Amino acid sequence: MKLSPGLILALLLTVGLSLATCLQPRAMAWTQGRASDHLMQVLLGDGRQILANQMFVQADVYFHSGYYPSVFDQLHAPTNAQHMTHAAGAQAGHEPEADAHLHDHHEEEEHEKAMGFLGPPGNWIERFGRKFAITSHTHLANGKEREILPWLRLSAELDPHRIETYTVAAYWLRRDLGNIKEAEAFLRQGLEANPASYELLIDLGRLYYENYDDAARARNLWTAALRRWMAQEGGKPEPDLAALGQITVRLARLEESQGHYAKAIELLEIALAHKASPQPEALRQQVQALRLKLARRP
Amino acid sequence: MNTIFCLAGIVVKELYRRKDFYVLFVITAVITLIMSTVSFFHQAGIVRYLKDLCLLLIWISSLVIAIVTTARQIPAERESRTIFPLLAKPVSRWQVVAGKFTGCWLACGLALAVFYLFFGAVCLAKEGHLALAQYLQAFWLQWAMLAVVISLALLGSVVFSAPSANATICFTVVVGILVVGAYLQKLAALQPPLTAWLLTLLYFAIPHLEWFYAVRERLIFDQDLIGWGDCALATAYAAAYAAVILCAAWLRFRRRPLTA
Repeated sequence: MKLSPGLILALLLTVGLSLATCLQPRAMAWTQGRASDHLMQVLLGDGRQILANQMFVQADVYFHSGYYPSVFDQLHAPTNAQHMTHAAGAQAGHEPEADAHLHDHHEEEEHEKAMGFLGPPGNWIERFGRKFAITSHTHLANGKEREILPWLRLSAELDPHRIETYTVAAYWLRRDLGNIKEAEAFLRQGLEANPASYELLIDLGRLYYENYDDAARARNLWTAALRRWMAQEGGKPEPDLAALGQITVRLARLEESQGHYAKAIELLEIALAHKASPQPEALRQQVQALRLKLARRP
Repeated sequence: MNTIFCLAGIVVKELYRRKDFYVLFVITAVITLIMSTVSFFHQAGIVRYLKDLCLLLIWISSLVIAIVTTARQIPAERESRTIFPLLAKPVSRWQVVAGKFTGCWLACGLALAVFYLFFGAVCLAKEGHLALAQYLQAFWLQWAMLAVVISLALLGSVVFSAPSANATICFTVVVGILVVGAYLQKLAALQPPLTAWLLTLLYFAIPHLEWFYAVRERLIFDQDLIGWGDCALATAYAAAYAAVILCAAWLRFRRRPLTA
């Protein structure tokens, strides 16, 4: 009997499809429940954290428009991402006055000092080479901050547990780029991967309070953030006081605006007790003012 | 001079007959175009990552074209024995070296021009404008830098036995200069005296190709123009190094037996 090539092809296709339906559920089991994992995550394993870190550094390089210490100047490399939000916000004149005591301007000065890593040229090769290199320390502004977003997205894809990636991206998306929906979605994506993160709750609270004017939700989010901070950081010898300062001061301001002066005083006293503010005197004055308001109330 | 340009013409024709350039251009174009369709947070106007990627691919492609094309020139002539009728024309050995160099440099310039036209079109489409002067400076300085790379590969082709070994060594040297060239003195400061002295010597002896690579970053981050005087000085610097290396290649080639 002679079979036509068409029939053989049809037979092979049928066998292939039948095998696929049979093997697909088993193949799902081989991934041990990681079916939704990104291909890169499966391929790179824990090595993706190193790559994610590199992507985050690349975002920082873009934030500085290419002016950044090389691997040979690592002593000068920024150690955290605060300059990517605080310093830039202050530089652009966006920071509300009420937020001034939340930020340590000393850190901004330190960052400025560290980024002066070039120093005077040592010889003619260095001197001439600098005519081609980027040699001035600037931060992106006027909407150009969007250029760091691809690297942050990639960093989050590679390491979903890096909190700074979400907070920095959401900061620019909601403040200067006016993309509040995307900022919220990205923060929620981060929260899904890091349900215990108080930092993400702080930022989500800010988004609800400052962008949606939703004080009730902001209060819930900041209260949850405070609870998580106490659970995670309360017992540590060196807790994250900057975050505590953010939570308590913002929550106190919200309570004050709602007329809950006693609650606001209670929150500010938590901040004072933990020495969470770089400017405690300003907080003390705020507590005094709130006490006066409370006393005047009928 | 005519002899040199005749030899150069053959090299240029060889480039467009071979598939290297087309393959690299298609890869660069496809990767860039695919990446340009990616949306990040539904945010319009994000373009620097694309310029970065496209220029990186252009740099890699141009280095591959320059080194691979140059590395096989003299060995191919020797292997196919066409070097004998060529030198019997009469064409002197320095003319062969100069002709091969000119041909490779012009061929790389043509390839680079096509790459930069594509890059310019991408920038224009995504940004809506093109910083033409910066763009021309970047093109010119990269082409000037390629003159040094081509002369290095030509020297390698008369020193090393196989084009593959030459290409590998050239890539290593060029990438090494681009990555650590500027920091050799800093590294020297951390070494014992003899190593420090050798590293310092190396620092002052090598052609500092990283200056030219830095122009790529200026283009990505929309920096101001480099002074035209500095551009001219950098061109003269590249020309001087290319001339010295070509002289070394000619000296080596002059005394080299043509039969294996």
